[in-house]
Amino acid sequence: MFEELTLLQLQQYWWIIISLLGGLFAFIMFVQGGQTLIGKLSKGDEVLKTMLINSLGRKWELGFTTLVLFGGALFAAFPLFYSTSFGGAYWVWMAILFCFIIQAVSYEYRKKPDNFLGQKVYEGFLFINGSLGVILLGVAIATFFSGSSFLVDENNFSHWQTPYRGLEALGSVFNLSLGFALFFLVRISGALYFINNINNETIKERAIKSIKLDMLIFLFFFLVFLSLLFTKDGFAYDENAFVFIQEYKYLQNFLDMPIVLGMFVVGVLMVVIAVFATIHLNMTCCIKTGGVGIVLTVMALFLNVGFNNTAYYPSTFDLQSSLTIQNSSGSHYTLTTMSYVSLMVPFVIAYITYVWYQMDKVKITKEEMEDPHGHNY
Amino acid sequence: MEESLVDWSRAQFALTAIYHWLFVPLTLGLGFIIAFMETIYVKTGDVFWKRTTKFWMTLFAINFAIGVATGIIMEFEFGTNWANYSWFVGDIFGAPLAVEGILAFFMESTFFAVMFFGWDKVSRGFHLLSTWLVAIGSNLSALWILVANGWMQFPTGMKFNPDTVRNEMDNFWDVLFSPVAVSKFLHTIASGYIVASLFVVGISAWYLLKKRDTLFAKRSMIVGATFGLITSIFIILTGDESAHQVALKQPVKLAAMEGLYEGREQAGIVAVGALNPKKTLDNEEEVFLFEFEAPYVLSLLGYHDINAFVPGLKDLVYGNEKYNIESAQSKIDKGKIAIEALKNYKEAKRNNDMLKANEYQSILEENMQYFGYGHLKKPEDIVPPIAITFYTFHLMVALGTWFLVLFALLLYFTLKKEIMEYKLLLKSAVFSIPLGYIASEAGWVVAEVGRQPWAIQDLMPVGVAVTNISSTNVQITFFLFAFLFTALLIAEIKIMLKQIKIGPNGGH
Repeated sequence: MFEELTLLQLQQYWWIIISLLGGLFAFIMFVQGGQTLIGKLSKGDEVLKTMLINSLGRKWELGFTTLVLFGGALFAAFPLFYSTSFGGAYWVWMAILFCFIIQAVSYEYRKKPDNFLGQKVYEGFLFINGSLGVILLGVAIATFFSGSSFLVDENNFSHWQTPYRGLEALGSVFNLSLGFALFFLVRISGALYFINNINNETIKERAIKSIKLDMLIFLFFFLVFLSLLFTKDGFAYDENAFVFIQEYKYLQNFLDMPIVLGMFVVGVLMVVIAVFATIHLNMTCCIKTGGVGIVLTVMALFLNVGFNNTAYYPSTFDLQSSLTIQNSSGSHYTLTTMSYVSLMVPFVIAYITYVWYQMDKVKITKEEMEDPHGHNY
Repeated sequence: MEESLVDWSRAQFALTAIYHWLFVPLTLGLGFIIAFMETIYVKTGDVFWKRTTKFWMTLFAINFAIGVATGIIMEFEFGTNWANYSWFVGDIFGAPLAVEGILAFFMESTFFAVMFFGWDKVSRGFHLLSTWLVAIGSNLSALWILVANGWMQFPTGMKFNPDTVRNEMDNFWDVLFSPVAVSKFLHTIASGYIVASLFVVGISAWYLLKKRDTLFAKRSMIVGATFGLITSIFIILTGDESAHQVALKQPVKLAAMEGLYEGREQAGIVAVGALNPKKTLDNEEEVFLFEFEAPYVLSLLGYHDINAFVPGLKDLVYGNEKYNIESAQSKIDKGKIAIEALKNYKEAKRNNDMLKANEYQSILEENMQYFGYGHLKKPEDIVPPIAITFYTFHLMVALGTWFLVLFALLLYFTLKKEIMEYKLLLKSAVFSIPLGYIASEAGWVVAEVGRQPWAIQDLMPVGVAVTNISSTNVQITFFLFAFLFTALLIAEIKIMLKQIKIGPNGGH
């Protein structure tokens, strides 16, 4: 089946999968967003805090796994990106990794007796993961549009051209605007998740209040990002793989790919509708609508930067070193093999959905948190 | 590349791998032990077994979290610290990592939530299934990682593409079912089962010594010792196959494992020995300060033939015409020819001279199997650190033998209901918990140090594989990781000890 596809078709198929994974990861980051809300929503009430942490703690592995899969899929499908970006933007990725290591142990260790670092430190870890980790990820993704300073030599070995090793990306308003937009977006989805998952009026009231403020700030950063994106020059390439600067490239991409534009618009609208319905219609299930909206929006952004003859990882040092889905991908054989494996993805999503449904049929309550025989965080 | 960069990058990866492997073996084995216990609970309906399962599950969770934390670093370190490697083999190496994510890691993490929080939310049957799926998922995860590692030890199922300057997979099944990958997987997971069994019998022995929770401890002891005994026998078989594969695919590693400088027929294995630190390849010093050798065993182990010739380090470095062993210098020369041919091929392609390009491609293909040798400076560079490889190998084998005896004795006396009388045996079980970790880590040291200088056996030395970055960056992250991992390890040990002290009845 996949053997019949051309290399370009396989590359496109894999970019769609990467885009989907990117979208799913952005959605699952409601865990990170929720982590930054723990203090605000619990206001020092230990029982409320425990409810919030347990609500997130039963989902954190999914985000971690999606990140690992996102990395593995990029390694397999676009190895030149893997070697160039991870080896080059060393400090940004290392900082992101540090933010994720400290999350993994925090849920399990936080309240265990004799936990060495103390409860507050683990809660601090969760906040760092939810804030710095997310902002840095947003900044790293923004470089897909803004570019980085690297050179790829004739052996396809890459050479980073600044001593800051990726930290220079933090000096760009464009990159930061996406980082902060993502941060406030995941706070919104975190709050929507709490409303859906926890049966407690106090938390619900505080979550709604938080969503109102976060939505305003999110819109500000998101609009800054979009206005800069749609007016900036982009990195295009022609049929000879020659990379050149094209005016309004990313706006043009949306116009050239109406389906992607449609995904983007529908996605943004779904997030807005989810927030509106939660605040004004008192609905509690809007994490689903908002989640689908986030997946569609982020996926559309990835498709925008990867398709329509666009270099998805541009080099500002040497335009011809820029990475495109064509020059950075795995071989036909590997992409074909991996494509068969990808057929398992719907099955994986199906059992995750089933387990999620089974586990969340009953919302988290105070009584459950006080059960001495339960495995609570 | 500067030498200190390579050393720091190796040190950082070794640090991460060693820490990661402190947590993974327990996850691999304890998952199954818990699943056995829960199966007994579901079959019998006896709540004692539910309580027992829950106790071991708590320890499993404490360990699992930190294993996941250190694991993510390893995946990304291939890119951050070994960027050239990532490109050179990403077409092959990335695939198992991605398959791991799809087929194993999601299974593990999804059903982990059911296993811990689903006791009263899902049916008994579904809960049991989830526990088994967590155990299977973590072992499947190990499968894909070890397939990737096996490929680094014995690259197969690929072809070098001079246009992209990388190796490209051309047979997935060759990669998956390479004999090195299969034996590595079986041997490594078996070592994990032994670590977990030692953990269970050691903690059970501690309870018996303290004369508390004795029924719980005895029953756990039977499960742990049975599992440990079976896997100890299994690990001997897989160890035999691993050694055979090393002899065939990485003879330098085998020679280093045995401190064998001069090759010989009917070679014996060193049962106990101390290397002479003054011995080098080019002097005539004695190899050992003392040694006790089991005759014929190395020939048998390596080639399944007691008369087989086992090449020594000198044969492999300087060549041995009688046994048709090529010298490292000859391989270096061929490697240089391959590198030069690649350069000329690219030049010819740039000039659109396809005739010449094809000519150079033929030369490249002829010499490609020695490609990595072309980057070495001298023949002696193919020799890994001998002392580390030798001692860790012998430590692993000695400890493995001790574990077999220990499990057999523990099982025998527990079944005979006399175990409480054997205090020394119980104390030995407690002290064997760290020994299990030492043996398992030693196995990895043999595998990884023993294959130096190769990142990819014969194709890419570590000096070429490393990211082009200043060593200061790597030094900083090395110390950050060392600090963070150590802090987390202390946290894990303290929490673990406290939970064990609290016991299966919650301290009541």
